[in-house]
Amino acid sequence: MTSGTEGDRPDNAKPEPQPRGARHNGNRPIDQAEAAERFLAAPRHQQQHDTRLWTLRQRRDDQMWAMPEWEEMRSLASAIKEHTLSHLDTYLEMFEANAKANGVVVHWAKDAAEHNAIVVDLLQRRGAKTLIKSKSMLTEECGLRADLAKAGVEVVETDLGERIQQLDDEDPSHVVVPAVHKLRTDVAMVFASTIGSDPNNDDPPYLAGAQRDATRPLILNAGAGMTGANFLVAETGAVVVCTNEGNADLCANIPRLHIVSVGIEKLIPRTEDLAIFVRMLSRSALGSPITQYTSHFRGPRKGGEMHVVLVDNGRSERLGMEEFWTSLKCIRCGACMNTCPVYRRSGGLSYGATYSGPIGLIIDPTFNARKYSNLPFASTLNGSCTNVCPVKINIHEQIYAWRKVLVRQHETPFVKRAAMKAAGALFARPAVYRTAVERTNDALASLSRFAIYNGLNAWGKNREMPHPPAETFHQWYFRNRGGRP
Amino acid sequence: MKIGLFIPCFIDAFFPEVGIATLQLLERFDLEVVYPPDQTCCGQPMANSGFETDASGAEALFVRNFDGFDYIVGPSGSCVHHIRHHFTGVEQTAAVNEIRSRTYELVEFLHDILKVDAFPWARFPHKVGLHNSCGTLRGLRHANASELREPHFSKPESLLCKVEGLELVAASRPDECCGFGGLFSVVNESVSAKMGSDKVRDFAQARAEYIVSADSSCLMHQRGCAERDNVAIKFIHIAQILNGAAS
Amino acid sequence: MSSRDIILASIRANLPKLERSLPAVPKFEENAPADLVEAFGKTLTRMGGRLVTDPTDDLRVTVRGLLEDSRLVCSAAPEIEGELDVAAVADPRVLADVDHAVVRACCGVAETGSVLLTDVDLKVNALAYLAQHLIVLLDPADIVVNIHSAYARPEFRERRYAVFHSGPSATADIEGVLILGAQGVRSLSVLLVPRNPIGFDQAQGARPVQRLV
Repeated sequence: MTSGTEGDRPDNAKPEPQPRGARHNGNRPIDQAEAAERFLAAPRHQQQHDTRLWTLRQRRDDQMWAMPEWEEMRSLASAIKEHTLSHLDTYLEMFEANAKANGVVVHWAKDAAEHNAIVVDLLQRRGAKTLIKSKSMLTEECGLRADLAKAGVEVVETDLGERIQQLDDEDPSHVVVPAVHKLRTDVAMVFASTIGSDPNNDDPPYLAGAQRDATRPLILNAGAGMTGANFLVAETGAVVVCTNEGNADLCANIPRLHIVSVGIEKLIPRTEDLAIFVRMLSRSALGSPITQYTSHFRGPRKGGEMHVVLVDNGRSERLGMEEFWTSLKCIRCGACMNTCPVYRRSGGLSYGATYSGPIGLIIDPTFNARKYSNLPFASTLNGSCTNVCPVKINIHEQIYAWRKVLVRQHETPFVKRAAMKAAGALFARPAVYRTAVERTNDALASLSRFAIYNGLNAWGKNREMPHPPAETFHQWYFRNRGGRP
Repeated sequence: MKIGLFIPCFIDAFFPEVGIATLQLLERFDLEVVYPPDQTCCGQPMANSGFETDASGAEALFVRNFDGFDYIVGPSGSCVHHIRHHFTGVEQTAAVNEIRSRTYELVEFLHDILKVDAFPWARFPHKVGLHNSCGTLRGLRHANASELREPHFSKPESLLCKVEGLELVAASRPDECCGFGGLFSVVNESVSAKMGSDKVRDFAQARAEYIVSADSSCLMHQRGCAERDNVAIKFIHIAQILNGAAS
Repeated sequence: MSSRDIILASIRANLPKLERSLPAVPKFEENAPADLVEAFGKTLTRMGGRLVTDPTDDLRVTVRGLLEDSRLVCSAAPEIEGELDVAAVADPRVLADVDHAVVRACCGVAETGSVLLTDVDLKVNALAYLAQHLIVLLDPADIVVNIHSAYARPEFRERRYAVFHSGPSATADIEGVLILGAQGVRSLSVLLVPRNPIGFDQAQGARPVQRLV
């Protein structure tokens, strides 16, 4: 759609309202299916989302085919991460020592609250009233912006996608492309009501230009800058940040104070290990060989100071989970989201969590088993995610394992335990089973016992029901081949 | 070679023709094929929903029923994937592991064990879209997965190529999940149905007259979507084509 | 107990009990392209950058051509002098109005079309981000095969800031539409110029570029 006056727009070209994410109700389990249904009820949004992310998957495949050593790289990446995680204490201490030697101040935060308190304290001690920041899923996880708002600090997201979401008071929906669920018409509406752009102009270059122009003075006047980190290099104390916009470098190099918020799992041992990850990250995420900017910070800029806040927030505990610790290998590339057929049709906001898509399904229950108890069931266990993961996390197998855990913990409200028990008992007893199945016209109802409490009623909403045949295989066999029925 | 014929629960109840075709096909190779009458289910529906202990009765029964066969062969990749890679509701005795290791899905049995090189009785002069179910593709490694940098191979394709007149057409998203996913099909019904619709439309655009699969569960789901969307495409199990089904 | 102690203790209590040694990382140079400069240029272009391929023998003439209409030039490259003395800049904000920045890169990477810049090259790190356009001088002899070779360079151990620029600033956050010049530079141009270009009087140091009025 190009710009034009409101009155010129014919009815069928009226912008489709943006579907909003999962409904939050205290600690009640997120109903991902309900939110996904609403996303699907917005076909233009759903179509754009699915096409866009499938394109990223295809570009990733192109990069894979152009690199003969691709599978070897995945194995190396996985091995380096597993080694590092199994010696995480040693590498963290090594990083801290080297960073300190470079003039970096290192802080340790047990949890989200402590992380936020450290950041607030730093900003207040330096008298910083505005903070510019680049993308950091960790800060989303910690709910940093809310605590900063309480402390009277204005936060400006500089990444275009994050800024759109911030101005729309909505969470990012994807770890790499935070506003991928939005159409240009949605962005035009957000910007028009917040940064004063033309509401009738939804041309992406215009909108991006509007954000650039509006943000630049905020960057120049900011009291402090914050970045996340894609990698921490233990042997040199380096913080590595990968962006396409260069906004992390603006945040780190202009204000005097540079704060890095980073999860403890982002460690890798040596500079040479970095090559593996830098070569795999953008190829997996966007299908480009490298991000436009790959920055290595080993100390404060001239005249500045640099602080690194190492955050645990449940990671050390997850390290001890035998079936799930390898999820800590994650480099937040988003390839699993791009390939996941469920994610592409549901939108990332349908998961109601900081981390969505396949990786979200396996780490969110560690943050809140009750609230995210439905998520591992928002999957067909197809395994595509596992195959695209650059660090070889067996995501779909962990999804399967989580289902068992949640059932054991009685966290599966929508699946009637009684129905499963009854189905299990029926399948264990051949004579009873046979009678149930071969009652006239009852096969459908009987087999629905392994579906959920409302059986195949839900099946029929968008599909025709299967046609029950005249006789079962069992009946045919004994009618035609003899023997006891 | 004594074969235990494994007929999954939903094939017994909804797709007996698939079971019949499987039996007849195996018998064409002069194998002794026995159908244990007391079989019910492999336990997958309960296990995939996380109810491992509730699957144990079915799994124990499976082991009892299929003791004493050289091979256990069934026309369902998802069930065989469950048996070989999960099946942990029962105690993992040597006997249980023996049964598990002898369980084969039909296509892999024909391709890997019997190494069938011809189906002279089969003729299927149609454009056919091959759908590999995810458990069969990525779990049983029926064919190469598009996400991996590996050479192209496909056991079902290599069998179907031996059927006279059959022309394979390729979907644009060759191995995207069709959305059945067992419990998923009713718990996330709208996404499941959309995935099925998209899959059917993809094959229709490739001009497939039939969609063939080694998994009836996927076919059942896709057929439901096709009928609802009024897409004129037919569905058939690979056992039926290989057994010489007329179209 | 400090949070540091608590976290380290928690990690130690939960370390996975597996033996996974740190693998050796190969250089992956077997499939190196025959012509590194050509490969570099191709990837740089695909990343949205520009290889200035027709430099005249006189660096000054070429650069003058690129900077002809510039509103404000700031150079950190030893061979070129701009209007703003970057060495004297204490506050990076002073560079906000720079139109064209000229810098010299340590090396280039053929695999990714990247140039490596460090705090020593930039003098003020923010220069490479506040300028509207970036012009990079790169010695073609400094183009390495791939990222593995690049990381073997000493800058990653010695410099406090090192960055790969692989084309200009970009985003595709709105419906996947690619936009160059997101927050950082709108364009990145690379000139292949050896470190000690002929045409300069070595004894007298670099002669300044005369800006056209």
